Amino acid sequence: MDNLLQVTNGEAVSRSNIPNLDFNTFRQTILDETRHNGFIVQFFAYEDEEKTLKLIAVIRSGLHLYVTGCSLADEYPALTVENEKFHMFEREIAEQFGVHPKNHPWLKMVRYHENYRGKDDVFGNDYTEDIPGNYPYFTVEGDSVHEVAVGPVHAGIIEPGHFRFQCAGEEVFSLEIQLGYQHRGAEKLLEQPGMAMNRLPVIAESIAGDTAIGHSLCHSQAIEALAGLEVDEASKIIRSVALELERIACHVGDLGALSGDVAFNPPMNYFGRIRGEFLNLSMTMAGNRFGKGLVRPGGISFSVLAEHRKIICDKIASETPGITNVCDLLFSAHTVIARFENTGTVPRKLAEELGLVGYSGRASGLSYDARVTFPTEAYDTVKANVNARTVGDVFARASVRREEIMHSLRVIPELLSKNIDAQPIPFAPGYTLAPDSFVVTINEAWRGEVSHCLLTDKDGAILRYKVKDPSFHNWTGLAMSLRNQGISDFPLCNKSFNLSYCGFDL
Amino acid sequence: MLKVIKNRTEQGYRTTKYPEEAINLYSRYRGLPTVHQDCDKELARQCAEACPQEALNSDEMVIDIGRCTFCGQCEIQSEGKFVTFSNNFELGTSSREALFTSGSLPALAEHSKQHFKKLFGRSLQLRQISAGGCNACEADTNVLGTPFFDLQRFGIDFVASPRHADGIHVTGPISYNMKSAVLATYEAVPSPKVVIASGCCSISGGPFFGSKDVVGDLNSLLPVDLYIPGCPPHPMTTLHALLQYFK
Repeated sequence: MDNLLQVTNGEAVSRSNIPNLDFNTFRQTILDETRHNGFIVQFFAYEDEEKTLKLIAVIRSGLHLYVTGCSLADEYPALTVENEKFHMFEREIAEQFGVHPKNHPWLKMVRYHENYRGKDDVFGNDYTEDIPGNYPYFTVEGDSVHEVAVGPVHAGIIEPGHFRFQCAGEEVFSLEIQLGYQHRGAEKLLEQPGMAMNRLPVIAESIAGDTAIGHSLCHSQAIEALAGLEVDEASKIIRSVALELERIACHVGDLGALSGDVAFNPPMNYFGRIRGEFLNLSMTMAGNRFGKGLVRPGGISFSVLAEHRKIICDKIASETPGITNVCDLLFSAHTVIARFENTGTVPRKLAEELGLVGYSGRASGLSYDARVTFPTEAYDTVKANVNARTVGDVFARASVRREEIMHSLRVIPELLSKNIDAQPIPFAPGYTLAPDSFVVTINEAWRGEVSHCLLTDKDGAILRYKVKDPSFHNWTGLAMSLRNQGISDFPLCNKSFNLSYCGFDL
Repeated sequence: MLKVIKNRTEQGYRTTKYPEEAINLYSRYRGLPTVHQDCDKELARQCAEACPQEALNSDEMVIDIGRCTFCGQCEIQSEGKFVTFSNNFELGTSSREALFTSGSLPALAEHSKQHFKKLFGRSLQLRQISAGGCNACEADTNVLGTPFFDLQRFGIDFVASPRHADGIHVTGPISYNMKSAVLATYEAVPSPKVVIASGCCSISGGPFFGSKDVVGDLNSLLPVDLYIPGCPPHPMTTLHALLQYFK
């Protein structure tokens, strides 16, 4: 195991301890490690102080986390050829640093932007042109085959992305998803030299606003590790409660939207209203319905006292029966079951090959939940959730969400039952980060595994800030779920995954 | 069927009577800020310097609520001596300049374009465009369609096609990758048309100001009629702005 350094979630280690392998050993090591039961948490490139291009891989295997690295030339034999989990990561590295992964089976841009090193563009794009650029789409030919193009602007209040369907009649042979429209340069902004430290949490919680707590937790834990900040127990509890409130609000909203997609209006309206109740609970703590401003390095920004705990617990007690009943209404309606069952199935084997995470993975039988495997905050005291239906269809993804809602509704009062007041952290203008360090943080946000990875240079400045939203793994799962489905099932499949565009696009 | 009726009875009627009856948001909600003019200059300067959004101007003693994310740090740091946030969610303005404020905003209804009220007062259909938005603005706009707010009772709705729309409602800092889609959507809306900038991202770039991948200011691309500040704007902020500006 000399080729891998074992690390723990949210622990800073010296960069010099990370193995610096020759490329072939590195390639073989991470291919071996991810062949069975090993999954990619992070896989990215960065330029070190001497402008040498390097790769870092963070792999999870069972209960363990490993990191390893190597130097990288301008081209290398693609890993995707041997393991599909690397597919999107290698495209991202090619786009960000102008490196060519040779024989990559589907080498396309990810987000459409110039690479950071001023190298020739791997994809042949001319970035003086606005999107759409040079897009090769996978096409199917034949007399009865037709193509449907949707987006970037969709029919609804939803983020932009482009979907290209190859169909015969109503049946979809292939769906290709091209994102990038939301690209705001978040990583570049986070690692911009001279960037004010207090801007970082504000940017981090806007990486994906519906996952504001998930991303700000990852950010804060990373800064806490590098700056040596301790978070007290009460704040840890509140940060966990905030993450669970975010989870309930999003799952409830999505169950409502799924109901609307099969034209069953009562649960859609009830869940639409109930979702708001949980956003308002986030506002009770944070003053913001998405919890923005609450989580900051070192703790939380606002006090959460008996008064607030009571509002949260009372609301959960008063809403739980209604949620239970509306769930029962939704999941027992035969018109709903008929549309949910056997639609958009991602079998376990495929989910494993693609490395799906979160409820998308759990609905396909991959039980990984970062709250259990790599617990942060107050999660070491939380009892794990179990899922009953794991066959990978829309019904399974919806059922897992239902189970997670009910689980979180139990967890929050348990967490708050300690009855300890959480005080805000004192105002701090900035922190000194440990030099030459590496830290990776992982949290189970509502969509799944969010991870931030930071590298600092010899002066403690941020050398590389890598963000990974769970959607980065799961969009491919959505594309695969549409194979041989009716195109009219797309909204349903899409909503059952409900992936983040901006979290993917950064 | 019985379950439908049972749930209907349990859920009851939840739509707010706003605007006939006022809505009081929870006290911790941070709405319209006041910049206390009598604050010690040095403290004001320190707060302005520490503002992550660079939204405070301690020389002129104003806050740019088109840039502010309402994180509340200045209130904490100054212990309420420099800035305090009120519970007032009425934040919409018809000009960018009005968003630089020390605590009061012009009455929006009086600064609306009067022909808009005539044209759109009874029916306003909007095309929403997310252009680099983080999905918080989008989600809290979407929520206006839920039973509590029930936007449609005012004759206002969000539609799928720009051809059916009277205007666009833009969220996000306008990523360059969405720029042409924003312009194409605007082009597709028949004139006369309305442009609404929602959330601090579309007004000033928001948390992403300074990024080279975003335009950062919708007004530099299209003439903005209505500004709705917030990160994201509270649904009541949006509802208030739409009703005041168009009704």
